[in-house]
Amino acid sequence: MDEARPIFLQIAQQLESQIIDGSMREETQVPSINDLAAFYRINPATALKGVNLLVDAGVLYKRRGIGMFVAPGARERLVAARTEAFQDEYVRPLVAQAKVLGISTEQLEHMIRKEGQQ
Amino acid sequence: MTAVIEVADLSRHYGKVRAVENVSFSVEEGAICGLLGRNGAGKTTLMRLVTGQEFATTGDIRVFGENPVENADVLGRTCFVRESQVYPDNFRGKHVLRAASHLFPNWDAEYAERLVEDFRTPLNRPIKKLSRGQRSSIGVIVGLAARAELTLLDEPYAGLDAVARQLFYDHLLADYSANPRTIILSTHLIDEAARLLSQVLVIDAGELLIDSDADVLRGSAVTIVGGHAKVEAFAEGRDVLGWDSVGGISSVTLTDLSDADRAEAVKAGLDVAPVSLQQLIVSRTRGTNYSQEARS
Repeated sequence: MDEARPIFLQIAQQLESQIIDGSMREETQVPSINDLAAFYRINPATALKGVNLLVDAGVLYKRRGIGMFVAPGARERLVAARTEAFQDEYVRPLVAQAKVLGISTEQLEHMIRKEGQQ
Repeated sequence: MTAVIEVADLSRHYGKVRAVENVSFSVEEGAICGLLGRNGAGKTTLMRLVTGQEFATTGDIRVFGENPVENADVLGRTCFVRESQVYPDNFRGKHVLRAASHLFPNWDAEYAERLVEDFRTPLNRPIKKLSRGQRSSIGVIVGLAARAELTLLDEPYAGLDAVARQLFYDHLLADYSANPRTIILSTHLIDEAARLLSQVLVIDAGELLIDSDADVLRGSAVTIVGGHAKVEAFAEGRDVLGWDSVGGISSVTLTDLSDADRAEAVKAGLDVAPVSLQQLIVSRTRGTNYSQEARS
């Protein structure tokens, strides 16, 4: 984890990534706040903040007295949201850097294709 | 939430030395609060004041709602582990643990034994023959196994090696999760401890500089890097924490930057880099003279 961004955000994002890559499936139980705190070596209140972010977003839901679970349909919604952010976070800086280096759009396209074949 | 510690307009002067000057803050029940600052900033004095070992020159201290001085009820619920604890001559580790078991009502002897094993603390050797790290480990064991409602740890790991420090963080978190309580931790190793903290107090030259939720503080500052003229123009009129220059490149650390401000910096062709808690605190406590010198 990087030390400069709010840790609860990073916790939320890492849980999201696990749901997206399928290592945490829908309707399965999420690690407890204390387990998350111990694993990431963070304050439990910070872990709770990260988890609550996902509860508010409908990605996780609470079962009273049992714990947190991945909501049905969570993966699909997360993939849609990440795809939207992909343009801003990855494509724009990629194109900007290509411009700085004088790489043409055709060259860039060629590079992406080559990478995709591997 | 209830406040375990409430400090209002607190000052402690020794003759002309203002060790603590007009400090006000509160610590909520269940917080892990980092008390950070440079050597001689007043951290230990503040902890001594809170635990009634020192008299306030002016101001008010409430611990569990009461004045801690000579207050058996408050002090019975409090454990204060000092950095340079002095033990009686010929005292051995086992004597310290035995004394602690009588002093602290929530003392967990089994847990203390496990900690002794993990830290490999020699209990049968005279304490004055132990290394600094081994002596520190005794303090850490007392602080954790006492399970006091309010635990103050003053530089608890001076001299502890990296393995032992990691052990301390892991034990602190696990035991805090199982037995929630209020913890005040003073330390120089800010980046190591930063993730454990829920609240950050920064004290400098006796004055309270920062009192903030740890998550809010993290990410409150950024460093802007780019050509000197561009950086200068962007920093104009903003809250500047520090400057650095090399060749035609400048970097400036700014606080309170909105998302729109960040976008503006990126648009102007400047790099926006995050600032860690440690960098932020160094910038805030190294003094204005330094940053002005660095700037010229």
